[in-house]
Amino acid sequence: MNSQSKNKDIRLMAIFSVIVLTAPIWLEPLGASYPALLQKFAIFGIFAIGFNILFGLTGYLSFGHATFLGVGSYTAVWSFKLLSMNVIPGVIFGTILAGMLAVLIGYVSLRRSGIYFSILTLAFAQMSYNLAYSVLTPITNGETSLQLALDDPRIFDAARTASQGLPSTELFGLKMSGYPGFYFCAVVLIIAFYISMRIFRSPFGLKLRAIKSNQTRMKYIGFNTRPYLLWAFVISGMYAGLAGSLMAVTDPLAGAERMQWTASGEVVLMTILGGLGTLIGPIIGAGVIKYFENIFSAFNENVLHNIFSFLPDGLENVVVQVAGLFVGSGWHLTLGLLFMIVVIFLPGGIVEGIEKIRARFRRTSPASSSEKSE
Amino acid sequence: MNKTVLHLDKIQKSFGGLRALADVNLNIEEAKTHAIIGPNGAGKSTLLNVCVGRLIPDSGHATFDGKDITGKDPHEITQMGIARVFQTPEIFPDLSLMDNVMLPALSKRDGSFKFNPFATMRTQNDIRDEAVHILQDVGLDKFLDKEAGSLSRGDKRRLELGMCLILKPRLLLLDEPTAGMARHDTNQTIELLKKIKERGMTIVIIEHDMHVVFSLADTVSVLARGKIIAGGTPEEVREDPIVKEAYLGGAHE
Repeated sequence: MNSQSKNKDIRLMAIFSVIVLTAPIWLEPLGASYPALLQKFAIFGIFAIGFNILFGLTGYLSFGHATFLGVGSYTAVWSFKLLSMNVIPGVIFGTILAGMLAVLIGYVSLRRSGIYFSILTLAFAQMSYNLAYSVLTPITNGETSLQLALDDPRIFDAARTASQGLPSTELFGLKMSGYPGFYFCAVVLIIAFYISMRIFRSPFGLKLRAIKSNQTRMKYIGFNTRPYLLWAFVISGMYAGLAGSLMAVTDPLAGAERMQWTASGEVVLMTILGGLGTLIGPIIGAGVIKYFENIFSAFNENVLHNIFSFLPDGLENVVVQVAGLFVGSGWHLTLGLLFMIVVIFLPGGIVEGIEKIRARFRRTSPASSSEKSE
Repeated sequence: MNKTVLHLDKIQKSFGGLRALADVNLNIEEAKTHAIIGPNGAGKSTLLNVCVGRLIPDSGHATFDGKDITGKDPHEITQMGIARVFQTPEIFPDLSLMDNVMLPALSKRDGSFKFNPFATMRTQNDIRDEAVHILQDVGLDKFLDKEAGSLSRGDKRRLELGMCLILKPRLLLLDEPTAGMARHDTNQTIELLKKIKERGMTIVIIEHDMHVVFSLADTVSVLARGKIIAGGTPEEVREDPIVKEAYLGGAHE
């Protein structure tokens, strides 16, 4: 049984890697196969995986994780400005600095649980946003956003980049734009997913789930729950920092709006929509939301007329009128409806829906029923 | 005379104007089962809460194994060797039975905190064997992967008892372990507790059911209005006129 479940994990990793790396191919028919959007899928996937380690496992709902996203971005851009256009230091520093800030915010916020914890994280996030927007202008460049400049020191590769305009981010000479940029994010996503899977399978992960289930009992079987929660908070903060620094990799620009509470709320939606506390759910949720935001919002009347052109003229106009409300700038409406449907009928998110469909198929074919859901 | 495991010295605790515990002194001896009985609101649960660190007494001291435990955190006291079964079962309802008992086994082995995100539960064979063994002990080994929340109330209690036993505590506190159980379940639980007692476990039990008290307890203390008003063997306590007046009343005539 043990080696069997180990093989299952290896299989899961293999399938996941293949799906991620072939995304440009199978997303083609959905119209989502261009590097900028693919990168977004990967980056927000990482953000949501990390958020799930806190919210999904321990049940502590943070409303301030965009802070770490922002810190990761700022740090990475500073690394590009001061050190090198190589993305590795930027990503490492972005992750570490976000983790350090998470220690601080987590230490204070985790003195409370439930809604009070959420409010504390929200308060910290709004403070950070305002700091970035105005008070810390020398570091963050306020509302104009932090950008690269020609006279940046870039001490490690000043000689190489000084001559020809603004440099672009690179990985040992490979430019991080277009598909190489996506594949870099994709590899990081696969590593991030692997780490998350290890955490899920570890005694540490089990203890986090137990805290969500019954924190009182955890204390009365001798566990000090506070440091466990703090580690979960810091790990998820570092995931957010990693995602933030990858945003700077794809576009070396960091603005305060990245830290706004709406960004914190978005990752909550992603996690719940995909499947809270499941391994793969948050990534699905992130993908769905980003797809809606980028593809659905681009639909206009012409596209709709094309889709419904098989209908008789009068009816076509009516249908296009109604459907028009749900696409273009109305994509939030569709997302809202989808979210309501999922929460009401599938509290376990999209993953639960997939599981139900799989279970129905399995009932017709006498396959093993012992396989546990991911 | 046996060694004293738990010693309560002049414990006082008030909630607002209500005096829940007034000068409680108590000695719990090793390998004995001690019952605390008393009418509702006598302060029995408050007393247990003081013993496990859920409440800090206003004055007085609790000493466990010669060490002062007053004001210590619940997890510290648990690590020192006191385990508690609650009045309403405190289990992990969303986790499997195996996970429910493996967690305390991890706590026993690794202490109150261990950061090991890259270890895997798969390879914790010692913990797994121990967990299966304890589930056999409490008669729940038929559904290892079942979600604990779906168990019947009696089974939840048995599970909670198993979770406490796997901690191998020096002192086991039971808060009405048979409350709300059918007669058959109660008898099963008594048999189980007798078995545990025979292995030399020190037990403190709060109980309303006199049948349970008389089948298990070596000594009994009677608590009323925050004071211990009588103590002794079950037979002595049963015959004590003060106790009859304060608690047993006409019920056992």
